[in-house]
Amino acid sequence: MRAALFVTCVNDALYPRTGVAVVRLLERLGVAVDFPAAQSCCGQPQYNTGYRYESEPLLRRTAEALAGHPYVVAPSGSCVAMIREHYPRIGARAAAEGRGTELADLAAGLVPRVYELTEFLVDVLGVTDVGAHFPHTVTYHPSCHGLRALGLGDRPRRLLAAVRGLDLIELPGAEECCGFGGTFAVKNPDVSAAMGADKIRAARATGAEVLCGADNSCLAHLDGTLRRAGAPLRTLHLAEILASTDTTATATEGKHPR
Amino acid sequence: MTATHLGMPAFPAAAREAVRDDVLRANLRRATHTIRDKRARAVTELADWDRLRAAGKAVKDHTLRHLDHYLLRLEAAVTAAGGTVHWAADATEANRIVTELVRATGEREVVKVKSMATQEIGLNEALEAAGIAAYETDLAELIVQLGHDRPSHILVPAIHRNRAEIRDVFRTEMGRWGRPAPDGLGDDPRELAEAARLHLREKFLRAKVAVSGANFMVAETGTMVVFESEGNGRMCLTLPETLISVVGIEKVVPTFRDLEIFLQTLPRSSTAERMNPYTTMWTGLGPSKGADGDGPAAFHLVLLDNGRTDTLADEVGRQALRCIRCSACLNVCPVYERAGGHAYGSVYPGPIGAILSPQLRGTGSGIDASLPYASTLCGACYEVCPVAIDIPEVLLHLRERVAQGGPVTREGIRVRIRPARGHTAERAAMRAARLLLERPGALRAGERLLSRARRLRPRRLPGPGSAWTDSRELPRPPREPFRDWWARERGGRA
Repeated sequence: MRAALFVTCVNDALYPRTGVAVVRLLERLGVAVDFPAAQSCCGQPQYNTGYRYESEPLLRRTAEALAGHPYVVAPSGSCVAMIREHYPRIGARAAAEGRGTELADLAAGLVPRVYELTEFLVDVLGVTDVGAHFPHTVTYHPSCHGLRALGLGDRPRRLLAAVRGLDLIELPGAEECCGFGGTFAVKNPDVSAAMGADKIRAARATGAEVLCGADNSCLAHLDGTLRRAGAPLRTLHLAEILASTDTTATATEGKHPR
Repeated sequence: MTATHLGMPAFPAAAREAVRDDVLRANLRRATHTIRDKRARAVTELADWDRLRAAGKAVKDHTLRHLDHYLLRLEAAVTAAGGTVHWAADATEANRIVTELVRATGEREVVKVKSMATQEIGLNEALEAAGIAAYETDLAELIVQLGHDRPSHILVPAIHRNRAEIRDVFRTEMGRWGRPAPDGLGDDPRELAEAARLHLREKFLRAKVAVSGANFMVAETGTMVVFESEGNGRMCLTLPETLISVVGIEKVVPTFRDLEIFLQTLPRSSTAERMNPYTTMWTGLGPSKGADGDGPAAFHLVLLDNGRTDTLADEVGRQALRCIRCSACLNVCPVYERAGGHAYGSVYPGPIGAILSPQLRGTGSGIDASLPYASTLCGACYEVCPVAIDIPEVLLHLRERVAQGGPVTREGIRVRIRPARGHTAERAAMRAARLLLERPGALRAGERLLSRARRLRPRRLPGPGSAWTDSRELPRPPREPFRDWWARERGGRA
């Protein structure tokens, strides 16, 4: 099987380790990975801040760059939710404004082929034990878009629970938003910081070594809050834990992941 | 809406004060978490919750699509039962109608059933200006009124107050409005409730005129429906001779049978009760007038528009009019929990306020332009809404209106509004980001620059970036972006 990686702009520029982890993980599971280099950003920052017209060229670019790939995998529930939930809306609005069906057609062509990483692993590949080894205590924060817009359910937890050596500790109030919210983090910094502080308080109280998530934008907010507080807890994207094996675990152990 | 909200600071500034108030945050957290947990349990008990939710949405959507028809039918039914129907286009007109109706009775005071519509139009202030005292009789509204405060929650207006604060308000203020608080009043809920009961009893027994809203109006029969938990509303609805109800036009449902849905979904969503404690219904005039109905001696219904018809004209935003004011969205909202109700600068706070107020009032003011951004789009509000209002979708729609401008309906006329002021720099940044992201070559160059300058990563950013670095570290740029790693490691394969 072949799959195209939609790495997302945040991961490309700031968290390449997550992209590398997805490539290694999928290859280990027998999937040949393509990286269409014309891809960039899904347009979510523009769209979610109210700049729908600015998001349209990015919809077009994303759909065209990922055309022809039967499976597109992205390690971000938020970006997948943007494509699945909002691309059709953007297309419909453009058509309603008398600008033709091009964007709607591009959206309709892309949506059924796009999978969030845990969906692809569990639903398409049919695996929950990906052969990972990660001998640490981990608590998992389900990001809102993956949780509610995509309905990922217990897929991430099932994948984590099957990792050898991993001790999964439930995060109290896990389903509460961490306060990132894209431009919300800078438009409403006080509320955002208060929410982040509450989230890391809950995560630290679990005593886990690692706070795991499946969206690096939320993790950037939480990691930045943790480091400002000087807290010993570290954040890690789910893909990096799933990519970790007996051999890689010893190599990264003890080192800060970023 | 009310004058008290004019000149409100934008949401981020108002929220900043609330976030720093530890007592307020603790009060809000305790109250919202208690209600949300109870609601979740009450909803899980019903196996057909999803179908009830879909049915509630369908009834509301159908009614809104044929609102003109059902309102005329309602008017005919109310009139046939001996009531009088008045139509109010806006707050000023509604206040004038109610003031004249009270004056016509010769009375100088009214008792009030808790009502969002009368708060929306600032009726108490308008009556006061006309020399008429309006006494709130809902316990929480009483606390707010006595405390010269504003409500901060749709269902629990005094949610931001704890018991000790309420005791202090009762001790100092009750005597100025009527029967004073008993000597040595403590902060036990039972004692506080008894003090309120005694204070309110003399108001109920004296009142000749009552003012209410309604949760539902039945077009078929002309029946008004009020849901409440204390029985104080029922005292107002049954004791006075004249009853004036101010109701938003979106509150109509076609048939009596439709109430079956909301009798199940509203109490469970709002107070987590299986059945509503006091559901009062009345139709037209009562037996004292020789009528067949069960209402008061004189009944007036003031149908309030105040921006609703304009909201109805918006195909995305109109779903906000499905709202049955249960306030479940407030209790699950992580932003409301930290910012509190006052920060929303509207009688409708929380997620529903963030989509309703900028539609009813327009996005012209600073507070209204900031409300669509008072959300992380986490989606918890949509999940709990008993009439399935996709609040995140409407928030995005209104953000677009603020940032880009676009078509809106104002007083029945379709106009195109310009983007809100103060978004010039943001618009330029969004455009610049898009131009960069549209060209992978430029993006790649930018990413490499970021990686090369990784050691220069500042701890504090200037300008708008400081909003991030005031409380968080910046992410550490990597040695190379992903696309460079790919080119180096897997470059041979495309």
